[in-house]
Amino acid sequence: MIDITISSKPLSVSQCYDYVHDQRAGGNALFVGTVRDQTQGKAVVRLDFEAYKPMAIKEMQKIADTMVERWSALKISIHHRTGTLELGDIAVIIAVCTPHRKASFDACQYAIDTLKETVPIWKKEYFEDGAVWVAAHP
Amino acid sequence: MKVKILAFGIAKDIVGGKAGEMEFSEHATISQVKTALSEKYPDFDKLAKFSIAVNESYQDDAYVISEGDELVIIPPVSGG
Repeated sequence: MIDITISSKPLSVSQCYDYVHDQRAGGNALFVGTVRDQTQGKAVVRLDFEAYKPMAIKEMQKIADTMVERWSALKISIHHRTGTLELGDIAVIIAVCTPHRKASFDACQYAIDTLKETVPIWKKEYFEDGAVWVAAHP
Repeated sequence: MKVKILAFGIAKDIVGGKAGEMEFSEHATISQVKTALSEKYPDFDKLAKFSIAVNESYQDDAYVISEGDELVIIPPVSGG
């Protein structure tokens, strides 16, 4: 019912979507986060993601548990990438199915918003002239 | 007591490595751990914030650490 993965290999949208496809569901929501080519107007060359994997999986599991409790999610797939990513690569996929459509949107939004706040994964952005850990400084 | 500390993201750059050990008194709290880290590495005070996880869970400032705990410095996360 819950499929959580942190992988250094490319992520598959169809794998996540297929996992949550279910005849009991009337709505499937899918969020795919990809590597953007710029940050505040500055060209990004590539990204690195680092994870504290055992805790990241626990925190992702908590998010999925809340999606089940609050929005009656039937199936959930959350995949996050680590390592070096190029422009356009998929960093994260969240797929969820619920009996009705509104809950699927809301659960999916909750998942990505909470993941960005609680899951111990760090993004380093590389530019032509250096690199920064995203969000580290105020 | 000696406690193992792991660092990720920018915290790894600040302490100059992924793993280390620090000496704390018995019944030290997370608050004391954070103060000790900031004293030893003033760059921690420049971060937007940082948290400490113990044995793979976030813990608040009042939490008392024990020998054998695995402490992890969690700088602001930026996944997704």
